[in-house]
Amino acid sequence: MSSVQYVLGIECTAHTFGCGVVSSEGTVLSNTKAEYVPKTGGIHPREASQHHAAKASSTIRDALKEADLRLSDIGAVAFSAGPGLGPSLRTGATVARMLSLLSGRPLVPVNHCIAHIEVGRMVTKEEDPLVVYVSGGNTIVSAFSDGRYRIFGETLDIALGNCLDSFARSLGLSHPGVPKLESLANEGRSFIPLPYVVKGQDVSYSGLLTMAVRKIKDSDPRDLSLSLLEVAYGMLAEVTERALAHTEKPSLLLTGGVARSPRLQRILESVCREHSSRFYVVPPDLAGDNGAMIAWAGYLAIKEGLTAPIESSYIRPKWRLDEVEVPWRG
Amino acid sequence: MAGMTLIKKGAEAELYRGKWQGFDVVFKRRIRKHYRNPDLDSYIRTSRTSLEAKLLSESKRLRVPTPIVYFVNLQNTEIVMSYIPGTPLKKMIPDMDVASIKQYFSTIGDRVGRLHKGGIVHGDLTTSNMIVKDGNVFFIDFGLGEYTLDLEARGVDIHLMRRTLESSHHEVSKIAYNSFISGYSGVMGGETEEVLRRVSEIRRRGRYVEGER
Repeated sequence: MSSVQYVLGIECTAHTFGCGVVSSEGTVLSNTKAEYVPKTGGIHPREASQHHAAKASSTIRDALKEADLRLSDIGAVAFSAGPGLGPSLRTGATVARMLSLLSGRPLVPVNHCIAHIEVGRMVTKEEDPLVVYVSGGNTIVSAFSDGRYRIFGETLDIALGNCLDSFARSLGLSHPGVPKLESLANEGRSFIPLPYVVKGQDVSYSGLLTMAVRKIKDSDPRDLSLSLLEVAYGMLAEVTERALAHTEKPSLLLTGGVARSPRLQRILESVCREHSSRFYVVPPDLAGDNGAMIAWAGYLAIKEGLTAPIESSYIRPKWRLDEVEVPWRG
Repeated sequence: MAGMTLIKKGAEAELYRGKWQGFDVVFKRRIRKHYRNPDLDSYIRTSRTSLEAKLLSESKRLRVPTPIVYFVNLQNTEIVMSYIPGTPLKKMIPDMDVASIKQYFSTIGDRVGRLHKGGIVHGDLTTSNMIVKDGNVFFIDFGLGEYTLDLEARGVDIHLMRRTLESSHHEVSKIAYNSFISGYSGVMGGETEEVLRRVSEIRRRGRYVEGER
C-alpha cells in the first residue's frame, strides 16, 4: 500500500464538485472544480446533486489531463464520505466507487473536516497547530491530542459562513457574498450592537443572523455589515484565544472557505501575536472545498491501510471530526 | 497601585493581589482585546464584569461561600474582592483520607445544587476554582457563569466537575463523584435524575472528552 504514488480525490459534500490529484510528496498536480450556484436562496440539495452528476465526468477528465496522468496511473481513489448533504455525498460516492471499479484501485473514504486540516498541514509544513476551520457548513476549533482531532470549540447552531452568506443574500448581494460584505464593512463607521453569544468554548450564530437581518430595514448597510463581521469574528477570536491559552500549541492554522477573509486573518493574527504563536492560512485555492485536499487525506489514510470495500463504503452525513482515528499522527 | 502583585494572567483577565481600604484583596481586571472593535470590547468587558460581581454576591445569598465583592469599577472593568487565605482543593486532595474526601465532596455537591436550584451555573467547576479555608469550601471565578435554569448548562457544569475528577484525581474520582452527587441530589431532589441523564448524554457526544475513551 505504501507504494501508492498518486491519489485522486473526489470532493462532493455541498455546492462544489471537485476532483484533485496529489502525489505522495504532497504536490498538487491538479485541482479542478465545478460549483453549483443557486439562482435564489441557499443550496437546494437535490439540485446540487443533479449539478454534480452532470459535471462529474468533465471535471474528472480535466483533472487527469491537467495532471498529465491516466486513470490507470492512479494508486487509489479517495472521496469525501461526510459530513455533508446526503444527496451531494451520495453522488460523489457513486462517482468514486465507479472510478475505483474502473481502475481496480482501492477506495478510501475520507472525513471532509480532516481533509481541510491535513491539506493545511501539508502546505504549511506545520507539525502541530491549533486549527480554526471555518466554512459554510462548519465552525470548529480543534487540536490534535491522543490519536484524534479533539474539538475545543464549535458552533452550537449554524456555521460562520452560513451566517455571513445568508446575511449577504438578505442584503441583496450576489454570490459569493462574504467579499462584498467585507468591502461594505470597510466603509462602515458606527458600531450597531448585535447579540454576541459565547457559551464557554462554543459560539452561536443563529441569533446574530436573525437580529442582523431584522435591522436591515432601518440601518446603514455599511455599518450593519461592519457590526456583523466584528461580532461574528470577535466571537470566534475569543474561543480561539481560550483554546490557544489552554492547549499551548505553538501555532495556529486557519482553514476552510472563510479562511480567505482578510479581516478574519488580521484578527486571528493579532490573537496569535498576543500569545506569541505563529499564524498560518491555507492558500486561497485550497481554502474552499476541493478535491486535492481529499486526495491528500486519502493518501495519509491509505498509508495506514484505511480502505473500504465498495459494499461498505457508506456515506456519513453527520460524521464528526472527533470520531475519526488519526493513526498517521503519532 | 504599589504593592500589587500579579498572581494570574488568564485569557480574559489579570488577577492581582494587594490592599484596598486596609483589606487584603484580589483585583480581577478584564483586559482590553485589541482584535475587537473598541465599542464591542468595552461592552463585553463591562457586562461580564458586572455579571460576575452579581453572581459572586448572589451565590452568597444562596449560602454558597464566595469572596466578598468590595467594589466594582466598571470604568476599569475591575472587581475588587476579598482574598481567601486558603489552599486550592486541587492541592489538598492527594493528602486527604477517604472520609474527608466524602465529606468535602458531599458539601461541594450540596453547594452546586444550591447554585443550580437558585438559577446559577458556575461554568467552570474545577478543583482549582475551589479554595479551602478552615475546612470551608469557597467557590471562585464565576467568569463563565450565568443565570440560567437550562438543563444543558447544568449538565455541562456537572460534567466538567466529573471530568476534572477523572483527569486530575483519578484514584479517588469515583468516591468523590458519588459523594458529590449525593450532596447534589440532597438539594435538587427529583430534578437530579434529569440532570444526570443529560450528563451522560453530553459525555456520549464525546464533545468534551480529552484523552479518554
